Amino acid sequence: MAEYILETKNLGISFGGLKAAQNVNIRIKKNQIYGLIGPNGAGKTTIFNLLTGVYKPTTGTFYLDGEELCGLSQDKINHKGIARTFQNIRLFNNMTVVRNVMVGLHNQPEFACSVPASLFRLPRHFKAEKAMRDRAKELLAIFGLDEERNNLACNLPYGKQRKLEIARALATNPKLLLLDEPAAGMNPHETEDLVNTIRFIRDHFDMTILLIEHDMKFVSGLCDNVTVLNFGTVLAEGDTKTALNDPEVIKAYIGG
Amino acid sequence: MELILSTLINGLSLGGIYAMIALGYTMVYGIAKMLNFAHGDIIMVGGYTIYVFMAFGNPVLAVAMAVFFCVLLGITVEKVAYKPLRGASPLAVLITAIGVSYLLQSLAQIVFGSANKMVMVYDFGSVSFLGVTLQMSAIVTLAVTVAVMAALTLFVKYTRLGRAMVAVSEDKGAAQLMGINVNGIITITFAIGSALAALAGLFYLLKAPSISSTLGAMPGIKAFTAAVIGGIGSIPGAMLGGILLGMVECISYKITAIAPYTDAIEFSILIIILLVRPTGFLGKKRREKV
Amino acid sequence: MMNKLKNFRWNHYINYIVIGILTAVFSVISLTGGHLSSSMLFLLEKIAISVILAVSLSLVVGFLGELSLGHAGFMCVGAYLGGKVSALLADSLGDGVLNLIISLVVGGCIAAVCGVIIGIPALRLRGDYLAIVTLAFGEIVKSLFQNTSDESFGGALGLETPRFDKQYLFIWAFLLVLLTLAVIQNLIRSSHGRAITAIRDNEIAARASGINVTKYKLLAFTVSAFFAGIAGVLYSFSNYTVQSAKFGYNYSIEILVMVVLGGMGSINGSIIAAALITFLNTKLATILTGDLAVLQNFFYALILIVIVVYNNAPALKNFRDRYNIQVLLHKISGLRKDPSRITDDRAKWDVVPTKIEMNEILSIDMKPQNTRADKPDKGNGGKR
Repeated sequence: MAEYILETKNLGISFGGLKAAQNVNIRIKKNQIYGLIGPNGAGKTTIFNLLTGVYKPTTGTFYLDGEELCGLSQDKINHKGIARTFQNIRLFNNMTVVRNVMVGLHNQPEFACSVPASLFRLPRHFKAEKAMRDRAKELLAIFGLDEERNNLACNLPYGKQRKLEIARALATNPKLLLLDEPAAGMNPHETEDLVNTIRFIRDHFDMTILLIEHDMKFVSGLCDNVTVLNFGTVLAEGDTKTALNDPEVIKAYIGG
Repeated sequence: MELILSTLINGLSLGGIYAMIALGYTMVYGIAKMLNFAHGDIIMVGGYTIYVFMAFGNPVLAVAMAVFFCVLLGITVEKVAYKPLRGASPLAVLITAIGVSYLLQSLAQIVFGSANKMVMVYDFGSVSFLGVTLQMSAIVTLAVTVAVMAALTLFVKYTRLGRAMVAVSEDKGAAQLMGINVNGIITITFAIGSALAALAGLFYLLKAPSISSTLGAMPGIKAFTAAVIGGIGSIPGAMLGGILLGMVECISYKITAIAPYTDAIEFSILIIILLVRPTGFLGKKRREKV
Repeated sequence: MMNKLKNFRWNHYINYIVIGILTAVFSVISLTGGHLSSSMLFLLEKIAISVILAVSLSLVVGFLGELSLGHAGFMCVGAYLGGKVSALLADSLGDGVLNLIISLVVGGCIAAVCGVIIGIPALRLRGDYLAIVTLAFGEIVKSLFQNTSDESFGGALGLETPRFDKQYLFIWAFLLVLLTLAVIQNLIRSSHGRAITAIRDNEIAARASGINVTKYKLLAFTVSAFFAGIAGVLYSFSNYTVQSAKFGYNYSIEILVMVVLGGMGSINGSIIAAALITFLNTKLATILTGDLAVLQNFFYALILIVIVVYNNAPALKNFRDRYNIQVLLHKISGLRKDPSRITDDRAKWDVVPTKIEMNEILSIDMKPQNTRADKPDKGNGGKR
């Protein structure tokens, strides 16, 4: 196993003349909860999009558990072990909750089933379907969604949609989970619940988590380490307390 | 030489018609973000209106009434069929537009029968230029198209309304927050597009004085091709695409070996352009936000 | 045994059963020298062809969520190539079943290759643009066959195809309907079908969830085109001549109307709508003659608009949730599961107890909290 689960080296991308991110170096150890913070437009979601293959970086590269993933397609990167959620929730709205999770399971070797096997309804198909359904139900139970598993995803309340998105990401069996503003739009009570959920995910799934968040209380209470971005460059990094008290960071947030 | 000149003029004038239709497509697509499949059939309605009002013998009145009716029709279609679907899936909007196109065609057939109607709007005569006889109507078509395009460009650039249109096409939400009446702008866009379609109907009648319920269907689809080639949402792009397509069509018709394949050639160009450069020649690239 | 019968999911197989019974009934009548007139046989063939077309288009439109306006183009390829192959084989094999099967395979496969070709633009383009590309494809195919030489594909006059025994052809057509249904339904009700539906619902999320979008788009287009090709071959056997003018954009729209009227994403709906429209078309053709024939198109167009607006208008969502066929059926019969609660047709499986007792592992409360009344609009809640 590599020393770091995720290591980015001089990662950068520019759109036309705009350098949305440059020379970003992030190192995340296994089982860390790592925060990526910064003011609006600092390039946080851009980093997520680079790590999941939505954009191809113009400079630099990144490694997951020592394996270079840069340049692979989005689905390959997911197979290699990076899963994500989205800032504006993206569920499969017209599918049931349980099927949303089953889509996430779809490509894992233990549930794999070839197209002909499905078409001819070979035993393999039924075995895989049953195994997927059971696994999906387990995951939904963890997130308290088993009651609603046969509802359409679009009919879930907001907080549960967020949880379902996390459950679907976990279903792809990742090594690294990226959460894009998981607490956005939540009230303090729900946010507290979310903090516990994220800790639980780390412990129960032996997961490493990289998250974007605006809520400083949330970040300081949850993250072991953070990287602070501003205008696409790293402003500060290190353990959460120190980095958040960095004068540069305070200046970037308060302005002046 | 004569062949080249006459092909050139015919191509330019046919291109002018395509450009006129493509302008309507491109504006509606730019602002309402929908492919108005029924746009071609508005041309047909314009043609029939001219046919009806030519009974009074006054071409100016007939054209004015055609523009009026098409604008009315465009606005009605937008309000009744498209507006309720704002925010629904693009697939639903597209299917509805196809339905409207069919509805207009069958309605025209019910009212006017399936036989072609003949109508002579106005005979501009012909001129002799460098030993070639040219139809004046072709030159008029081209001149009017260029004038309309110039007027639209100025309108969009220099009037409040035009700038509001640009704002809506860039970002509906933000435009609304800036106090722009988005629904009003969309209605006006449909009105302008339909007026242009009425003019295109006139040009078709000038080119060949015969009209049927399917007059607008094929030109409509081809003009969409033109709008895509030029870059959807771009006014000069529609002009460029229209002229290019008109030239290709006229040249292809002149070469016996490939003449029967003209439609196939035009559609192949469309597919190639969409694959190689989906934004067309003058279109802007857009990125989907993740 | 009882248990097995109880778990048998009737709603999954009802369409096979109904079509199977119908096939058997008509076959027996026909083969025992019953009263099936030639126009009746022709109607049955036409219905089978329409159902195959509608079900195969439904895969792309209803489940992949892409609009294809070139379905008749694939059918055209199947009709011409299948017809040509059968004409060539007629000398050596006669015009029996073997000829039919070889023609079906050839026509279907070449249409499937065209499906792959059209699937490639589908990887780069979406929505309106893709619809236009498929439309262009259909027109190109039509134009190419129209301008072939008389010896190859008959040109504008059309291609003559051999005769197949009429008493049997409709049976083969219905068996092919069952095959189409089996393949497309099995595909949809598998992890691959879920992947295709996921792409329809949210392509970006589908990619992020590890779905190979390229593979599944091509798969859907290929399977869909294959069966359109099969329908084309059947058409060529049913009609003696194949004329490319038939396969224009209007015909593609007609198939689309069947899929939309049947309800997007509903295979059974597509089947019923296809059969009904084909039946009405034939019957109305004898009543509405001359200029009146256009009334039919007028009403189809009107119904299409009304249904699509009703089913999709955001403003009518509450109304739809209260008054739809499923809710009405539930009220009338009281037998069906309450559709507002149960939407997954595999609900019967869900009796396995959950393995993890969450609240004991951690003392955190993950139970539903009803503190929030507002629902996110189309999943775009909270911050932008």
